[in-house]
Amino acid sequence: MTPALEARGATVRFGRFTAVDGASLSVGRGEVFGLLGPNGSGKTTLIRALCGLVPLAAGEASVLGEDARRRPERIRQSIGYMSQKFSLYPDLTAGENMEFYAGIYGLGPAEARERREELEALVGLGPYADRRAGRLSGGWKQRLALACALLHRPRLVFLDEPTAGIDPVARREVWNLLFRLSADGITLFVTTHYMDEAERCDRLGYIYMGRMLALGRPADLRALPGVTPPGTRRIKVKGEDASALLASIRGRPGVREATIYGQSLRALVDEGVGPADLGLDPSRVRPAEADIEDAFISLSRAEEARRAAERAP
Amino acid sequence: MARKELLHVLRDPTTLFVALFIPVLQLVLLGYAIDTNVRHIRTAVLDEARTQESRALVRSFENTGDFDVAVLAADEEELHRALVSGRARVGIRIPEDWSRRLLSGDPAPFLLLVDGSESAVAGQALGTANAVALRESLARLLGDRPLPVEVRPRVLFNPDTRSANFFVPGLMVVLTQIMAVMLTATSVVREKEQGTLEQLAMTPARPGEIVAGKAIPYLFLAVGEFCAIAAIMVGVFRVPIHGSFGTLLLVALPFVTAMLAVGLLVSTLAATREGAMQMAMGTVIPSIFLSGYVFPLDSMPAPFRALGYCLPTTWLIDASRGVILRGAGWAELWPNAAVLSGMAALVLLLAALRFPRSAA
Repeated sequence: MTPALEARGATVRFGRFTAVDGASLSVGRGEVFGLLGPNGSGKTTLIRALCGLVPLAAGEASVLGEDARRRPERIRQSIGYMSQKFSLYPDLTAGENMEFYAGIYGLGPAEARERREELEALVGLGPYADRRAGRLSGGWKQRLALACALLHRPRLVFLDEPTAGIDPVARREVWNLLFRLSADGITLFVTTHYMDEAERCDRLGYIYMGRMLALGRPADLRALPGVTPPGTRRIKVKGEDASALLASIRGRPGVREATIYGQSLRALVDEGVGPADLGLDPSRVRPAEADIEDAFISLSRAEEARRAAERAP
Repeated sequence: MARKELLHVLRDPTTLFVALFIPVLQLVLLGYAIDTNVRHIRTAVLDEARTQESRALVRSFENTGDFDVAVLAADEEELHRALVSGRARVGIRIPEDWSRRLLSGDPAPFLLLVDGSESAVAGQALGTANAVALRESLARLLGDRPLPVEVRPRVLFNPDTRSANFFVPGLMVVLTQIMAVMLTATSVVREKEQGTLEQLAMTPARPGEIVAGKAIPYLFLAVGEFCAIAAIMVGVFRVPIHGSFGTLLLVALPFVTAMLAVGLLVSTLAATREGAMQMAMGTVIPSIFLSGYVFPLDSMPAPFRALGYCLPTTWLIDASRGVILRGAGWAELWPNAAVLSGMAALVLLLAALRFPRSAA
């Protein structure tokens, strides 16, 4: 079976700026694929290129078996798209927004009504159908946007930061919805900044300054050799005052990275460096595993170093 | 798409206000307030002669209806002050020996001072003053004999030379233009701001379909507004339509299309609604000044006149006055329709070329 989505060496240029630089990836049918990366790293541009909205300068991309360069309108007929900011009409009611998109996707009146009812039930929008979209709260807006993106039974849905700026409860509910869709065989391509969301994806891609730096399951990415390089280890330090701890160990020889997590401190240190070298109480220091965030930070640093080396021959 | 756009207009009170109320307000203000016919010019008189003849001269000035004696100056300085302060626009100074010279048959000059700061007033004052002097002179030379040459004026099409008849047909066009450009531009830019244009780009809807969906309701709105203003014109301002309104609508249709396309073009350039508004106003201003709406095209320097003929507004105002005032029909107006159609096609093409790129 062909993958739901595939790109090989996809490159997008805006003038002299290369927004996406030779990205290759493949997403299987029914998979939840998470694309992560800092703002401006090319996530949205990559999605737009996959939908044929911006031309590829090099490489190729196909979605659901259709070539993004030759058949973009076929792709757009069979995908759903939900963007990072709420992009429905705030002055229309939730129901009117759905009607409008049903019309845009060319659904007949009977089918439109049926789908509307199904999706209102699925996302739980029923009581709010007559409310103007602009008056809905963030979580309901996103559920409405998702319902609109699903009207035409797409087999793949692009979700560009679907949970940005909504509360944790609503966020969890949106994800529960996404897993239900995934269980129905719909492929989901999600971008996010939330590491807990990243952990929920089947597979992840990390894009940085237009380059796809890593692809794989969350556990694979945490275990990448560059994340905890040989000769180093990760530790967790408990303390009353994490910020004082951070100030005291930062810059000491042997400390590669240090950051605060709530009441504790996490650090990447050289193998030979013990609690005593850092002026820490040994009973408070525990070994720690790298998480996804650690993985991405290490990947970004390595890429930055590589680029700096390239610039200075 | 079109239905949704109509809902937008109804839901957005600002747009409705801009669309309906402002044109009507402008119509009433401009229609009632503007009178290009200069009357009752405030006049200062310094009569140093103080004779029967000099008083008769002042009276004949007043009798024209163009001059109102507002200041009776005692000396030259007071006459000057009246003009400088603006209490009077025109000063008449009749010298001491005026009557004597007049009666003895010598040329009898009197001084006319005109404030040139308002050119319309100055022009009217000069013209009327010359006419008064000429009539007095002729009366003296000819006595009771009839005038050898006489003008029998008959002003066609607008016999009372009412300003409303001149302005409102043009105003109709300008208001329709403002509305069409502004609404289209802001409606597209609003989609840009809301990100809904991006959402639409992700659907199978083609850019052409999106544009058509946006343009159609505004086309109807603009044409509706054109008709509404025409109705106000006939009902309130009593400007009769001599020709066929259907013909005028037929000529107006390509004009409105061109204006909607201008709106689209503006929307491809502007990123925010405020920017779009300003740009839209930017396109309207030359149309007001160079289209012959306020100032006659014939009296403009050639390059500006040429520019004026490049504006769609010029052609529709011409047609509008033609139909409403002169009773012109299709035979006279088909060139206007042809030119406007050409312009509409051109602007639409430009907008169509720019639109998909700005959406992506």
